[in-house]
Order: sequence, then structure tokens, then C-alpha cells
Amino acid sequence: MMFARGLKRKCDQEEGGEVFGSVPSYSLQRQSLLDMSLVKLQLCHMLVEPNLCRSVLIANTVRQIQEEMSRDGVWNGMVPQNAEPAPLDRLVSTEILCRTVRGPDGEHPAPELEEGPLQGPASELPTVNSTHGPRNPQSSLWEMDSPQENRGSFQKSLDQIFETLENKNPSSVEELFSDVDNSYYDLDTVLTGMMSGTKPGICNGLEGFAAAAPPPSSTCKSDLADLDHVVEILVET
Amino acid sequence: MGEDTDTRKINHSFLRDHSYVTEADIISTVEFNHTGELLATGDKGGRVVIFQREPESKNAPHIQGEYDVYSTFQSHEPEFDYLKSLEIEEKINKIKWLPQQNAAHSLLSTNDKTIKLWKITERDKRPEGYNLKDEEGKLKDLSTVTSLQVPVLKPMDLMVEVSPRRIFANGHTYHINSISVNSDCETYMSADDLRINLWHLAITDRSFTDIVDIKPANMEDLTEVITASEFHPHHCNLFVYSSSKGSLRLCDMRAAALCDKHSKLFEEPEDPSNRSFFSEIISSVSDVKFSHSGRYMLTRDYLTVKVWDLNMEARPIETYQVHDYLRSKLCSLYESDCIFDKFECSWNGSDSVIMTGAYNNFFRMFDRNTKRDVTLEASRESSKPRAVLKPRRVCVGGKRRRDDISVDSLDFTKKILHTAWHPAENIIAIAATNNLYIFQDKVNSDMH
Repeated sequence: MMFARGLKRKCDQEEGGEVFGSVPSYSLQRQSLLDMSLVKLQLCHMLVEPNLCRSVLIANTVRQIQEEMSRDGVWNGMVPQNAEPAPLDRLVSTEILCRTVRGPDGEHPAPELEEGPLQGPASELPTVNSTHGPRNPQSSLWEMDSPQENRGSFQKSLDQIFETLENKNPSSVEELFSDVDNSYYDLDTVLTGMMSGTKPGICNGLEGFAAAAPPPSSTCKSDLADLDHVVEILVET
Repeated sequence: MGEDTDTRKINHSFLRDHSYVTEADIISTVEFNHTGELLATGDKGGRVVIFQREPESKNAPHIQGEYDVYSTFQSHEPEFDYLKSLEIEEKINKIKWLPQQNAAHSLLSTNDKTIKLWKITERDKRPEGYNLKDEEGKLKDLSTVTSLQVPVLKPMDLMVEVSPRRIFANGHTYHINSISVNSDCETYMSADDLRINLWHLAITDRSFTDIVDIKPANMEDLTEVITASEFHPHHCNLFVYSSSKGSLRLCDMRAAALCDKHSKLFEEPEDPSNRSFFSEIISSVSDVKFSHSGRYMLTRDYLTVKVWDLNMEARPIETYQVHDYLRSKLCSLYESDCIFDKFECSWNGSDSVIMTGAYNNFFRMFDRNTKRDVTLEASRESSKPRAVLKPRRVCVGGKRRRDDISVDSLDFTKKILHTAWHPAENIIAIAATNNLYIFQDKVNSDMH
């Protein structure tokens, strides 16, 4: 449909899936677009109310993708089977996502991606690192959404978002949005280091979307412990 | 307010040069007044700078009609909404001039939440010769006063005074995207994402009813927002608003107090051959403007500008491609959020030429009669003094001419979102990030 199928290039590292060295399949691209959209929705500005028009447009895009996936009969099959960071291997770098027919400059991201999450059960977070390492300019998805100085906390928020993506199989957009405030509650807590009992104002642009109340604090505390561990790993690397 | 902003001057091109310094924040809106004598800009820092056109001088015809800084003031300050723990930006979203009714000028300026009415007055005389006060205003020793005099007005250096006359606050839950003064000069409207309010210029503590409210009972059902709105230039009961789904609704205030039943719905059927996941996003209307005649409407969406006839709802009568070469790049433009950029559009005074901005500091003009279009660039490097602006071209592969820019080397951070056209003459104001360009067509030719 929108992504033209390109020619399969010769590539030494080409093995296994069609991701490497050629245009990814339509369903892979579609899934990546869905994941990118979900992240966009959840990564709102910290201080300023998010742009409602933008949020609505992204939400409608998500809905469209989900509807098409349902029609194709693939929606229910998207729940990952294990606790691996399965969404990560679907978070193809933009280079691949937007690739149609590429010349030499199209080679770059594929090998890097191969080193990352697709190598099997690595520990959860280092894969995040390799996915958007500094060498890969095309993973600007991550840099775009967070200023450099927030990288540390951004890693934590990514983890929370991926947890959300993994654990949920939103059958409707409403359920999807019912999680938005929760993630932000976690994020807010993590960043400020305090438990706040009030509903966060950050995603108030989507105030109506969230029907759920903030999660109980016990979930948050255990997340914090995991995240400390994660931060250690990142710092050491 | 600032020597620094007073030094912001304008670059003139076409056949004219002017020294050029800009230090201001990113310009967020540009608007000529009804005569074109004044040009107001608002910026991200909440400041408004007004430029005035110098009267043509017989002695120095070569500097006739240039715009210089007239007044600068801080319109809005950043605020903090403690209830929501959110900042309210001081960025000026829109400025609209009121028609001039006396010696003073008035304009409305708005940020996301609050609209302010400013009155701009000149003072060029001051009284001298008071009996009881001396020159510095101190009380005189009465024993020294031996005779009485009548104070006289003496000329002084021109002083421009700006004062806030009304503050229209607490009218909007969501972010204000448009304001529009009614042709009755008594009321104006302000639109946010979900509602449109009608205000009376003299009354600040309440607005009239929401004249439009598209907020669904359940916010989870929200799929469409208001993106822009404007009053008809002649019929004070008519206004139009555009939506994120690419439709226009023309409403008549005489029909009902709450105009959620539109009089006319303007919508173009989707082109199935161009369908993608981004179709809706690129159809979202970022700006709508009535023609000066009131017979047409101009809309801007991400890739095109369209002219609509008020009498034909089924489709636009004209569609112009602004930068169709971006159609194959929508995915990366979505990722970078550029796809959400809101470009404005303008008519020239005779409604024969349309102008809108694009990326790489390019802006485009379309002549509705000849069907010719041109791409021009607003940048210091590209406009030499007294030079006519050179048309630019973006090449999309295939044959490449010498000065062409390839699509992949376009700078998407250099976006021209805000443009304005003088109401009568061929003078345009282009805001390129933090630089203001004014281009004049010095050739006194027919206005197309």
C-alpha cells in the first residue's frame, strides 16, 4: 500500500528474515509504525500541555492500523509469547521503516540492529542502548523525543513504556489510553523520586482518554527497584 | 522592553536593501493592519513588535515606504497553572487588528489561554507652562509665582504608548488556535481545539455562549478537533471553522445560539489511489482564510492549498501542490513530527494570488489566473541588496539544473509557517524562524 516493495539487495549479512538488506515486509512496517505511534503518544512534553490536535491525529492513526490488523486477522496474534523485549525487535529503526528502494546509504542500520535485540535473550535493557546507539543517526526517533540531558531518565521511561506494550494487548484504543496516565504516573514518580498521590497533569491533553486511576504504589516501588538495576547496567556500559 | 528588539530591522529585497539585524525570539505570528500601514509580529517570548511604514518622502524617494520599528511591548508572560501542574506558554499564537475607529490603533493578541486587547496611542505634544509645577513636575514655591500663564502644548519626540484595555481570560480549557474580529467591530471569536467562544469587545468577565462545541460527552470518542476559524469579512453572522479531518463548516449565527449544526459542510472525498496511514494527518487543515471578496475560502493542509467556492461544498474549485515531493517522505516526516507543522496561507489584495510557506525557508506563490507558480527563498544569503528574488526549484531526481535543491538536502528546521500580504499592495511579510523579511514589488505594475 504505502510502502513500496523494493529490490532485495545483495548483502553479506543477509540471512534469516527479510529485514536485512531489503525492504521489510508490509506487516513489519505497519507494526513499526504502530509502535512508533504509541511511543509518540506516551512521550509527551513534561511541562507543557501536549498538543491535543497532534494527539488526536496520532490516536486516529493507531486506530486505523489496529483496524486493518484486525481485518487482516493478525491483531490477536501480536501478543508476545515471552517476557523478552519482543517489541524492541519490532522497533525497527526509521531507516528501515521508511525505506523503499535504497542505495548504499541504506545498508547501515540493518547490521546494527542485528547485534541488538534480535540476538536472542539478552538482558532487557542493554538492548535499548544498542538500538539507538550514537552511531545510528536514523534512530532519531529516540533522540528526537528527548533532550540529551534527560537520557538517563529517558531510558527508564522507555522501559516502562515497553512494559506497557508487552503486557497489554489493547483490544481497543480506549484501553490503550487507559494506560497513558499510568505510565506517566510512573515516570513522574521516578523522576521526582517521590510518590505523588495526585493524578499527574502532564498528559492532561488526553485527560478524557484515560478512564483508569493511577496504579497502586506497590507496583511503582518494584518498578523503581528494577530501574535502579537497569541504570546500573547502563552506567557501566 | 528592549533596545534589543528595537534593533530588529527588516530585510527588504526585490529592489531595495535595508540593514538587517534580528535578535528576537522565534516569530509566531505576522499580521498587517487594515490599511497596511502597520505590521505586527508576535513571538515565542510573548512580545509584540509593531512596524510602521514610513510615509513616502519626496526628498528621498529611494527610502519610501519602508517599515521601521514603531513599538515593542510585552504582551503575555509565562504562567503556571498550579491545578494542572502545567506551564502556560507566553508564545503569541495570533494577532488581529481591530479596524481603526479613532486616532488610536487597537489589536487583539492571544496566547494559548488568554486574549488581550491593546490600545496603541501616539503622543507627540506635551503641555508646558504649568503655574503650580515647574519643568520637572515639582511644586513651585508659590511666592515666586507673580503672574499666571496658560499652559501650551509644545511638540515633543514621538512617544508610542501601549496599554492593555481588556483581558479576556478563563474562556478556554484547551489551546486557543484562532481569533477573528467580526465585521460588526463589536464582537470577536476565539477558537480552541474543541470550542469557539464569542466575545463582546467591551465585556471581559464572560463570553457569550460557546457558539461551537464539539467536545464529545465521552472524551474517549474524540476523533476530530477544530484547527482554525474566521469570521466572514462582510456578513457578520457567518463564520467558518476547519477541522483536523480536512473539513470546513460554514456556520450562521442567526440559525441557533449554539452552532453545532453547520449551515454548510465543505469536504473533498478522499482519493483512494493516494490512501495511506498518513492520509488523515495530511488532510488536516492548518489554516483557513476568506478571500477579500468574501466569495472564496482558502485552506492549507500539509501538502496543498485549496480554494473553495462558498457555493460549492462538494470539492474545492482549485488545488495547488505546495511540495508534493514530500509525499514519499511522509513516514520520516511523521517520525520527526514535521508532519504536524501548521502552515498558514494568504490572499493578495485582489484575491488573484495565493501565498504559503514551506521548508528550507522557501515560500510559494500561485497565480490563480495564469496558473503559474513560483518558489522563492527568504534568507540573507540568497537575497542580495536590490536584487530581485530568484526563483528556486526543488528537483526530485531526473534532470537537475544548476541551482536546484534536491529533496534530500532540504532543511526541515527552516520552516516558513507565518506569512502575511499587505491588504492592497504587493508587499509581503515572511517570518523565517526568528527573522522577519519584508519584500516589496517596487515595479508599479498591475496587481496581477
